[in-house]
Amino acid sequence: MDYREQLRAFINENISFTHEGATLSDDDNYFELRFVNSLFAMRLVDFVEQTFGIEITNEDLDLQYFSTINELQALVSRKLEQKGA
Amino acid sequence: MSSRDIKCIVWDLDNTIWDGVLLEDREVSLKPAIASIIDTLDKRGILHSIASKNDSELALAKLAELGLEHYFLYPEIHWSSKSSSIRAIQKNLNIGFDTMLFIDDQSFELDEVDNEQLGVICMHADHYKDLLNDPRLMPRFITEDSARRREMYVADQLRKSEEMQYEGPSEQFLASLDMQFTVNLATENDLQRVEELTIRTNQLNSTGITYSYEQLVQLIHDPDYALLVCELTDKYGTYGKIGIALVKTTAPTWHIELLLMSCRVMSRGVGTLLITYIMNQAKLHNCKLQAHFIDTGRNRMMNISYRFSGFTVKHDDGNGRYLFEHSLETIPSYPNYVMLEAPDLLSIERLEEELYGLS
Repeated sequence: MDYREQLRAFINENISFTHEGATLSDDDNYFELRFVNSLFAMRLVDFVEQTFGIEITNEDLDLQYFSTINELQALVSRKLEQKGA
Repeated sequence: MSSRDIKCIVWDLDNTIWDGVLLEDREVSLKPAIASIIDTLDKRGILHSIASKNDSELALAKLAELGLEHYFLYPEIHWSSKSSSIRAIQKNLNIGFDTMLFIDDQSFELDEVDNEQLGVICMHADHYKDLLNDPRLMPRFITEDSARRREMYVADQLRKSEEMQYEGPSEQFLASLDMQFTVNLATENDLQRVEELTIRTNQLNSTGITYSYEQLVQLIHDPDYALLVCELTDKYGTYGKIGIALVKTTAPTWHIELLLMSCRVMSRGVGTLLITYIMNQAKLHNCKLQAHFIDTGRNRMMNISYRFSGFTVKHDDGNGRYLFEHSLETIPSYPNYVMLEAPDLLSIERLEEELYGLS
């Protein structure tokens, strides 16, 4: 399943970039592009948990897994597989 | 009777704050000593509000004439039920119902509020002279921040109304606030507030460990430790002292023993600013950086803040105690919507050692 559409929408709604009209590719690391505050970080984790019905454990809280849309896609797929298994 | 501290008193007006009924009597006069009671409680950091069935414009004009208007936050003056007024005040102040005291001269109103079983404490207006001696209205400490608590809520009131009107990206709104984030080494004057923060802060608290005043005094005189206090201000005024960090600054590895940030500033996007500052400081002094984290069940946001700032798990005892480490190779840049004013820690400490002969 491809969840990128939903993930893209959430990221674009919740962070803004200084260059207007700049678009984010699925491999862009938004944590490196800009300062990310606690509130965004918390919202992102909540969003992933609630939208896909998965639980993010302490082991999953790796910055890398959350840093691009493609990484998020991989994380969600992996967690859903584990859950289904 | 609850023994919890009362944070806000919700007052009726007619025959409670003043003798007489505003819409019926030609003259109303303040109850004896009431102005000084309100003022004393205000200085203790107790908030005041109003739930009165009255003509709003007339009542506010009367309060202004009596010189009391500025004490009351989010006054509810209309003809709806007092319980609905109290709900509105509770929502605006974001405090627990069980920390609110409602004072009225009519049993009907007291019963109406009591019936809703919100947990609000109700008191008949006849007893208002006992207020100053009520232990629930005597905070253990009166810090600088408690004395200006009302001002901070007034500033919040302004911020909220402006934020609601603001359309556009939230970061542009944040940039419009002219925020300034100041970091300083704690002095003895800060310690009561520091203790208060360790007790009151749950979500953005890295360990949940509380420190006593005496322990804190020792720590600020210990050259191996830096106790940092942060203050946030914006164009509306100050948020007060809203964050602290306790850092063991001995080479070759610095340790963040405690980090906490008041929930009041969470939506201001400054939560991770302090972490970023400490990272930069450690790097500047050629040290490594580790941080202690204890899962308290309520502080997941702090865990996420650390991890998303680039900390990785160095050690995990399996019981919710973690040691995080940061490589300091890439440090997030500071956000551009807030000005940071922060000293170089070690040079200040060295200066203090020279000045006071601390070793």
